[in-house]
Amino acid sequence: MWSWVAHRVTGVLIFFFLLVHVLDTSLVRVSPEAYNAVIGSYKNPVMGLGEAGLVAAIVFHAFNGIRIILVDFWAKGPKYQRVMLWVVIGLFVVTMAGFLPRHLMNVFGGK
Amino acid sequence: MTSITSIPAPRSPRVRTSRRTTRGNFELYGWIFMRVSGVVLVVLIFGHLFTNLIAGQGIKAIDFGFVAGKWASPLWQVWDLFMLWLAMIHGSNGVRTIINDYAERDHTRLVLKIVLVAAFLITVVLGTLVIFTFDPCPAGGPINLLPSFCSA
Ligand code: HEM
Ligand code: HEM
Repeated sequence: MWSWVAHRVTGVLIFFFLLVHVLDTSLVRVSPEAYNAVIGSYKNPVMGLGEAGLVAAIVFHAFNGIRIILVDFWAKGPKYQRVMLWVVIGLFVVTMAGFLPRHLMNVFGGK
Repeated sequence: MTSITSIPAPRSPRVRTSRRTTRGNFELYGWIFMRVSGVVLVVLIFGHLFTNLIAGQGIKAIDFGFVAGKWASPLWQVWDLFMLWLAMIHGSNGVRTIINDYAERDHTRLVLKIVLVAAFLITVVLGTLVIFTFDPCPAGGPINLLPSFCSA
């Protein structure tokens, strides 16, 4: 049940991010200066943590989405849905453990 | 009293006199689309995040020159195009479901869906135009911000 709520919340979050993301990327058609100015304004610790949160949302939504698909299409899916939730959580932890140090180093690691 | 009642054989299909009771298979196709697009999006988005956040200098490296370098390759153009369309259709269809779930008044639902369709169209059209009309070496652009191949 909570996984369903989390799937919904992360889905909406990513959706709104994507609307803004396409808008800021479209600045490459305005001028190199405009694009660099806006992207540059994202390069601070607050946004860096925001990006980490966004990636966490995507990683959960993606892995849990695969689990939903397996429950629907794999004959044994419904039987293993609980086990698969633990697999989702495990994969989430592993992926974030790989991603976070690298990203936080880029955000906080000076030049 | 003998009366003859005809009982149809079990499992014989129900005869429908009119199909007006159903609205076609739209919701079924939507349901399948959510799953198929989801599988493809895992690859597209993870690839996107890897090249932009993990490879090289990660987020620090992103600027105009970085985008120009990526979109110099048709692979990343097509990649982004598919990602844009699939993610927008998937996400919009998901949000449509959520509107149906929570907005109870007909009027509210209608207004929210009009906003959703507008956001979808603006984003997909804008994003598609940006990919196809992108100019890595705009005339008069400051040379230090442009990718190195512009001066060649
Ligand atoms: C913090 C994470 C992210 C960063 C730093 C980032 C960065 C970028 C950059 C630099 C571009 C320009 C072209 C390119 O590099 O391919 C771009 C384009 C794009 N990104 Fe992302 N991105 C992020 C997350 C996402 C996510 C989660 C999605 C999907 C839901 C996404 C979807 C797109 C799309 C569709 C385009 C093409 C835009 C267009 O058509 O104008 N991005 N992104
Ligand atoms: C990374 C790959 C992704 C996978 C594997 C995935 C998978 C799924 C699945 C299986 C569903 C359930 C559909 C249903 O119950 O009928 C779903 C729902 C949803 N997805 Fe995704 N998705 C992905 C990416 C995205 C992206 C990029 C967005 C936003 C642009 C998004 C937004 C949503 C929304 C809003 C819902 C509706 C949630 C609900 O009805 O509770 N998803 N996704």
